[in-house]
Amino acid sequence: MMRNLPWLSVGIIVAMLFMAIFAPLISPHSPIDQSLPEKLIPPVWEEGGTTKFILGTDIFGRDVLSRLFYGARVSMIVTALALLVGGGVGLVIGIVSGYVGGRLDSLLMRIVDAALAFPTILFALLLAVTMGQGLQTIVIAISLLLWARFARVVRGEVLAVKGRDFVALARVHGCSPMRIMATHILPNVLNTFMVLLTLHVGVVIVAEASLSFLGAGVPPPTPSWGLMVAEGRGKISSAWWLSLIPGIAITLVVLAFNLFGDWLRDRLDPKLRQL
Amino acid sequence: MSGEVVLDVRDLHTHFFLRRGVVKAVDGVSFSLRRGEVLGLVGESACGKSVTALSLLRLLPQGAARTVQGKVLLDGEDLLTKSDQEMRRIRGRKIAMILQDPQTSLNPVFTIGNQLREAIAKHFAGPADTVFQRAVDALRKVKLAAPEQRIHQYPHQLSGGMKQRVVGAIAISCEPQVMIADEPTTALDVTIQLQYLQLLKEIQKVSHMAILFITHDFGVVAKMCDRVAVMYAGRIVESGPVRKVFNNPAHPYTQALIASVPKMKVQVDRLHTIEGQPPEFSDMPQGCRFAPRCALADDHCRTAYPPTYTVGTEHTANCWKLEESA
Amino acid sequence: MRRYILQRLWQGIILLALVTTIVFFLGRLTGNPVDLMLPEDATEEDRIALIETLGLDAPMYKQFGIFVVNVLQGDLGVSHRYRRPVVEIFFSRLPNTLKIVPAAMILAMIMAIPLGIVSAVRRGSMIDRVSGTIAVLGIATPNFWLGILLIYIFSVQLGWLPSARMGTPLHYVLPTITLGTFLVAGFMRLIRSSMLDILDSEFVKLARIKGLSETTVVWKHCLRNALIPVLSLWGVFMGGLVTGAIVTETVFAWPGIGRLTFEAVIFRDYPLLQAVIIMDAVLILLINLMVDILYAYIDPRIRLAE
Repeated sequence: MMRNLPWLSVGIIVAMLFMAIFAPLISPHSPIDQSLPEKLIPPVWEEGGTTKFILGTDIFGRDVLSRLFYGARVSMIVTALALLVGGGVGLVIGIVSGYVGGRLDSLLMRIVDAALAFPTILFALLLAVTMGQGLQTIVIAISLLLWARFARVVRGEVLAVKGRDFVALARVHGCSPMRIMATHILPNVLNTFMVLLTLHVGVVIVAEASLSFLGAGVPPPTPSWGLMVAEGRGKISSAWWLSLIPGIAITLVVLAFNLFGDWLRDRLDPKLRQL
Repeated sequence: MSGEVVLDVRDLHTHFFLRRGVVKAVDGVSFSLRRGEVLGLVGESACGKSVTALSLLRLLPQGAARTVQGKVLLDGEDLLTKSDQEMRRIRGRKIAMILQDPQTSLNPVFTIGNQLREAIAKHFAGPADTVFQRAVDALRKVKLAAPEQRIHQYPHQLSGGMKQRVVGAIAISCEPQVMIADEPTTALDVTIQLQYLQLLKEIQKVSHMAILFITHDFGVVAKMCDRVAVMYAGRIVESGPVRKVFNNPAHPYTQALIASVPKMKVQVDRLHTIEGQPPEFSDMPQGCRFAPRCALADDHCRTAYPPTYTVGTEHTANCWKLEESA
Repeated sequence: MRRYILQRLWQGIILLALVTTIVFFLGRLTGNPVDLMLPEDATEEDRIALIETLGLDAPMYKQFGIFVVNVLQGDLGVSHRYRRPVVEIFFSRLPNTLKIVPAAMILAMIMAIPLGIVSAVRRGSMIDRVSGTIAVLGIATPNFWLGILLIYIFSVQLGWLPSARMGTPLHYVLPTITLGTFLVAGFMRLIRSSMLDILDSEFVKLARIKGLSETTVVWKHCLRNALIPVLSLWGVFMGGLVTGAIVTETVFAWPGIGRLTFEAVIFRDYPLLQAVIIMDAVLILLINLMVDILYAYIDPRIRLAE
């Protein structure tokens, strides 16, 4: 298994996690301290660049590199929370719906269908305006995007597991449905759940970045890669590094997670290929 | 009963080139098919029967498999030397094939009429209504009820038996000389199987088509075929007229196959089965390939491959135990 | 077929009702809906007037009733910023969006179908690997950044194409490419994988047995079947398309409804946002319905379900 690992992808993922976790330790400057006299300095390899600010500074004189590190942190936190909440809710609903079946199942799946049919970004934006910007808002917003997808796929898996002999045996032994769901069904759908999680990391990162770009994400001055791209947009002709560098970071990380997710899926659960 | 030889297969070798090595799926198969006769090709799953059929039509999965040796003479011309374009003219027109599963043989998004007419138009260019008429006639020949209505329907609107008749219609629509039927009744309901076999026989009587009938069921062979070739692990181990082979099977494998056909009139305590599994293609035994499962096998059998012995008129088998009676 | 369409239509209406309800309640969520609905410089008179019109001092169900009646009459409120009825603003901007979205979709189809098919038929070849790489990149690159990158390359550095707003045909190029990229990538991968499945199927084998040319086999027998998953998975693409439209129009300052949505967010223009979402819902449902009809048309198993 180790031999075939997609090393480059894993490397990028590890690098990003490193940046996120150790941001306070490795950042040369504070991500939010402004320094107007030092604004709009280009990266070190350009003319006018300096080693003090390796990736340059933005319009408020804030160090791009440090903001990049802290932005990784924001992305990771939002992603982890959103996957936890959205994925978790989806998992529970999928298991309950699939196992209990009957009218509850029909009802839940109709709701899932409705949720899948409607672009959640609109709700995310609505939430941002009504609940105000903040971590809570964006996590809820992105969870809304995820839960239905997870619920549907997990339910499918549960239907397959439900028919297996050891479940019937557990029922014969008098196990309660709760117990069966927790101890028999859950472990058997975990594989699929894991693959789903990794496959959706990319989606969540882009969703967070897009929402931040549109001004509906984590509020400034907290750096988010999406927000950095938005802030740099106006100055694209003179200060390309403000928008382009965070964007490259987003693309690389999403690419890495996507490739890793594909690899994991091929190993653990190839029938998810349609996703 | 039968006429001149229409298809002559000589020493056919088809190999699969996989990552784990070369698999010799067809390892020296020879047989001949005469006009108006039904030749059965019998054997367990994965013995190479279907691969043989695909080799004749040159429809092996590209890149993975190739016919590496042999001659396939259709009316004297070797199909293995033909160009792609020439083969396309021959497929459907001179040789046709029926596949096993009617549920998946037809394209779900086109009407059966469309799929029929496409086959006809490919080989008989003509005005649309002539093609249409030929299509309806083909459906009539396979005894599909109400052909003028059915022809506009989609596959999912027909039952399995009806679909298989349509597949048959496509096969006979261009009046081929040879038809290959690859387990045509295996996926059908038991009640319909007999009907379908009778249909094929009737069609053949009228057209004098030669049929290569591939199956794993010796009972079907007895009902359907004039001659039979028994295949095991990529090679033919016995062949001859059905009556003779059935009444006097020479090869132990054939004997076991025949014994495992449940007989209605005889009461038994246990159904007869053949012990063991066919050999892995990557792990082929040195000598007779059936030796590991054969009750009569001895060391000689295990080390050397038996030659072909003549057991009766046109009845041959490959078994060392026939040495004595030869 | 008719039953199928009616069923879809019915589902759509229910969804619309659901969306409207949720939008309504989210607006009342914060406990201070009045402030949400009014611009910052509103006077006390404005506040009182609004409370009256919306019935904000009445019990919740009454408020909801007023809201629904308004919506059905086409009155979706007045925008803070523009001081005009939202419906009016929406319809004035809609044509602009309709200029780039269909173009992007058509572009995506034109590129994705041949690439997807050729990639599958010539699996493992150079063209398969190159288009596969482009597809993977296309999916990973966030829409908004792609737009900015394209602006940087083609506007700033090369000066070939304009970077914002509408105007000449040249103005259409970058927004369309930005919007279309992730569609091309997604379609292409989907078509490729469904083609690979289909190429292995029995009916393709039978088509070859009939003696049909490989071209006929691929383009007649495989293509239609390969497109079916694209249509049935349309919902996934729809979500990305909406996000894409909002983001692309924002990046290129394109005066369409995507940008309108952005403005509503950035200026905290709640009535505008609320109304835009409801109208978006209607639009989306119409598009979904069209896709469903197309799907039923292509797949006779749906069209003629017994």
